[in-house]
Amino acid sequence: MVNSRFIQTLEPTVNKDTRSGFGEGLLEVGKSNKNAVALCADLTGSLKMNAFKDAFPDRFFQVGIAEANMMGVAAGMTIGGKIPFTGTFANFSTGRVYDQIRQSIAYSEKNVKICASHAGLSLGEDGATHQILEDIGMMNMLPNMTVICPADFEQTKQATMAIAEMHGPVYLRFGRPKVPVFMDPKSPFVIGKIQTLMEGNDVSIVATGHLVWEALKAAQVLATRGIRADVLNVHTIKPFDVSAVVDSLKRTGCAVTAEEHQRNGGLGALVAQAAAAHHPVPIEHVAVNDSFGESGTPDQLMEKYGLNAESILAKVEAVMRRSSVAL
Amino acid sequence: MATASLPQIASQVRRDIVRMVHGASSGHPGGSLGCVEALTLLFFEEMELNPDVFDMNGFGEDLFFLSNGHISPVWYSILARRGYFPVNELATFRKINSRLQGHPAVEEGLPGIRIASGSLGQGLSAAIGAAQVKKLNNEKATVFSLHGDGELQEGQIWEAAMYAAHHQVDNLISFVDCNGQQIDGPTDEVMGLGDLAQKWKAFGWGVTLCNGHDFDALRGAVAQARSARGSGQPQVILMKTAMGKGVDFMEGTHEWHGIAPNDEQLASALGQLEETLGDY
Repeated sequence: MVNSRFIQTLEPTVNKDTRSGFGEGLLEVGKSNKNAVALCADLTGSLKMNAFKDAFPDRFFQVGIAEANMMGVAAGMTIGGKIPFTGTFANFSTGRVYDQIRQSIAYSEKNVKICASHAGLSLGEDGATHQILEDIGMMNMLPNMTVICPADFEQTKQATMAIAEMHGPVYLRFGRPKVPVFMDPKSPFVIGKIQTLMEGNDVSIVATGHLVWEALKAAQVLATRGIRADVLNVHTIKPFDVSAVVDSLKRTGCAVTAEEHQRNGGLGALVAQAAAAHHPVPIEHVAVNDSFGESGTPDQLMEKYGLNAESILAKVEAVMRRSSVAL
Repeated sequence: MATASLPQIASQVRRDIVRMVHGASSGHPGGSLGCVEALTLLFFEEMELNPDVFDMNGFGEDLFFLSNGHISPVWYSILARRGYFPVNELATFRKINSRLQGHPAVEEGLPGIRIASGSLGQGLSAAIGAAQVKKLNNEKATVFSLHGDGELQEGQIWEAAMYAAHHQVDNLISFVDCNGQQIDGPTDEVMGLGDLAQKWKAFGWGVTLCNGHDFDALRGAVAQARSARGSGQPQVILMKTAMGKGVDFMEGTHEWHGIAPNDEQLASALGQLEETLGDY
């Protein structure tokens, strides 16, 4: 059963990139909060930060190709009450600057919003140097950090506005390609609260980011086979909504997780950890399995690395088979 | 504000440093002793501060960032002596459940600390960000930072230097503690820094050289740096210091970068440093 509180359509006609949701959200934040400032490391167009830059030129800071310095300057800007939003690709927002984030932002409890585009394989042709698949794990491990990975354009816009209202460091992860817009812009977005997009008792599909739409596609196919999936949108990786996951596992007795990230250290590991502690059930993972990416179109890469609705369906079959054997 | 003279304060701070490091059986006395005059001058004469009510945002105040966080003993002593927290708390340095962490941190809520430092090279970026916000907030205040010379081997320092000049952050005065020493030996042998004055100038900064142990020289350097306000140029003061200054057996050698004196060595050190404000 589709939860219409969250979803505006299961037959989307519009594709938009989540980074444009960030750009629109950032402009709104700039209008409503005069303390919001933005920094960018020579990727203003790619991050869709031009609207903010044009509207608020004295609150926009070009940093050049110097991400370590950007993180430090942003940390310093919180002293005096500003809310800095940093913008660059996810790889350069995390792996390149991990120590700067760790010491100057997370350990120092600074109110910096690290906004990261081009996450995962779906940035496509640039290849593995830019396709970070470890960022959720790195950011999730940092004490004090909130980690958000929205599902589509509308939710990325909502998330961008929501993180301005909370105090503390945030990692906001989004992507490059245009993907279906299906979330309702009026749906309630609460940091740390999982959204149950479809309700069912046969299998839990726990997804984040671009894989949420793939989970919904898979669930619709499953419905034609008489299998009702519980589809959870984990837009907030940290704090992780353990009780929502465990409640779902108790209803369904098995789960498939789906993410554009390494299996190690990602959403799947968190779900497995929660299950092991509270309600052990069979779980299968749709994720990249300990390899780097490569060049290709986003669709080709998602297919080759098994990050799409077809892969989710295969894992659902496998996990339900394991679940019935277990019974 | 203490009525003691700057040299009196400096002598007490040196006693605090060696006693803290001895008490913890660890820490970094060498660099700490070398920066006593600079921090004494800043916190007891140059900076507008509000130690009674510490506010993270520091509205209306001058700000100080210690980038080479391992010389925390000198900063903790200065902060305590300036009234940020009780002097007796210096005895907890590096001990379990203390606010005085081995390297400065904000998590424990020690008044005076605004950002963690220890992993080197990050403090200049933070100081620049804070200085830019002072301008955004239409404040006249000045932001100061301190860096080790060895620390300048970190690439982020030069990213930050380029940025500060490009964005005309002229309400920032950075000190470099030029003691010529680092853990593995003299900086010239470990990783030569070359002509630092020329390097900073090439990055667009105004450069002032001074003796880091002479209050008048330091005062003059700060005045010259302050006079550049409005020029668009960030300012750096390269102060020549001796690591371990004030304790004869520690002076001028990297050997005392990061080790603690034993009981005998402590007694010898304290015999060279007058107790002026009362030990904690």
